[in-house]
Amino acid sequence: METLTFEEAFAQLEAAVAALQDGQMPLEQALHHYEEGMKLAQYCNDLLQKAELRVQQLRVNEEGVPVVIPFEADQG
Amino acid sequence: MLNLDAPSVLSVTQLSRYLKELLETDDILQDIWVRGEISGCRVYPSGHCYFTLKDAEAQLPCVFFKYARMRSAAPELRDGMAVAANGRISLYERDGKLQLYVDSIEPLGEGVLFLRFEQLKARLAAEGLFDVERKRPLPVFPSVIGIVTSPQAAALRDMLRVLRARDPLVQVVFSPTLVQGAEAPAAIADALDLLNEYGDVDVVIVGRGGGSIEELWAFNEEVVARAIARSRIPVISGVGHETDFTIADFVADHRASTPTAAATAAVPDLAAWFADVQTHREALTVLMEDFIVGLADELARTSRDLQRQNPQYQLDRLHQQLDDTTALLQTRLQHILSLRGERLHGVALRLHSLSPLQTIARGYAVVRRDTDAVVVTHTQQVQAGDTITIQVTDGHIYARVR
Repeated sequence: METLTFEEAFAQLEAAVAALQDGQMPLEQALHHYEEGMKLAQYCNDLLQKAELRVQQLRVNEEGVPVVIPFEADQG
Repeated sequence: MLNLDAPSVLSVTQLSRYLKELLETDDILQDIWVRGEISGCRVYPSGHCYFTLKDAEAQLPCVFFKYARMRSAAPELRDGMAVAANGRISLYERDGKLQLYVDSIEPLGEGVLFLRFEQLKARLAAEGLFDVERKRPLPVFPSVIGIVTSPQAAALRDMLRVLRARDPLVQVVFSPTLVQGAEAPAAIADALDLLNEYGDVDVVIVGRGGGSIEELWAFNEEVVARAIARSRIPVISGVGHETDFTIADFVADHRASTPTAAATAAVPDLAAWFADVQTHREALTVLMEDFIVGLADELARTSRDLQRQNPQYQLDRLHQQLDDTTALLQTRLQHILSLRGERLHGVALRLHSLSPLQTIARGYAVVRRDTDAVVVTHTQQVQAGDTITIQVTDGHIYARVR
């Protein structure tokens, strides 16, 4: 689950809820949807808690290829 | 070796004075008409008006003193107006500034720059560059935001602030550029092309903070418009303030009124999605509970059904049926018997009333001839001298016919 983006995790969470709404399934399956859904919700929350905006600057290197370098914020 | 005392080494004041003299003794420059577009027009509390007269390649500072303004029938001056100004050229020594001291102003109709703007706009529109169908939808959940703006500008800091607040999960790739001046249009185009070449960007914001018309002018240049049009990455324009519309705004996939509005448009507000995550979490719990309650009900139903199938239960039921049937049978039997009894009794009564013995009791007798014991009912059946037996209630009488 660690490689999921917020968007992907959220989509899967929605799918788990939709599946549980269906209601016609073995208990085993229902429990699986429930547990997976709760894990995904926790994952989304964690992502948001830990998030920090990453800013990088674009430069052209010696080979003329655009690369990103750490952002140097100018003191305007 | 420089000799500071030589007469050819002038002080600034001396040089300025010299230049001023030069200008003020030139007849042409002392009464000249200049046409251009007004920009940066400011009126001070003193009533004096300062502005720049400009065209595509040059500009001239002007001052329109209050007394001159009062005297002339000058119209209200605004940026962008095309005018012809009459006055004299001199040097304002204090600032080292060449100026036109304006005596009067004549409005000239559409400014050249405005005309160029309209022409370029019409030409690009005809090519279809502004078409709604060309505009690409912005990604809902971008991972990487590109920004093309000046590194010194407050606009950049404002955009980063908005992005941090709304969606700290994104990554920003900043492609620095000039945003005003003659080199700006090419620089903006290059910065945008560079981002496209780098590639790994989901949406790019091109813009700068507020300013005068010529400060924003780079975003009206064809070079910039073409760069935006060919950008593979969707472009959000965020130039100036709400009322500023540049060519870049028309070509962009999405126009935002300011740089901060552009940052807002670029990313989702994760706070809202965060709330949705909570809602889904609660939904999961409720649904799971419902599911289990549903199962419990089903279990109870099945249990009851099972009970009904239980052999003991069947047996009890059959016993009951048996008892019921037996009772019914007995009732019917009784009924039948009593009916029979009644009929028997009835028949017996009728029989009794029809009995010959009863008739005899009433006075009738049964006569039989002795010869063959045949019952006599007619007189011809006997002759005189025959012997007969007469049956009465309590016995027989023997007699001879006379």
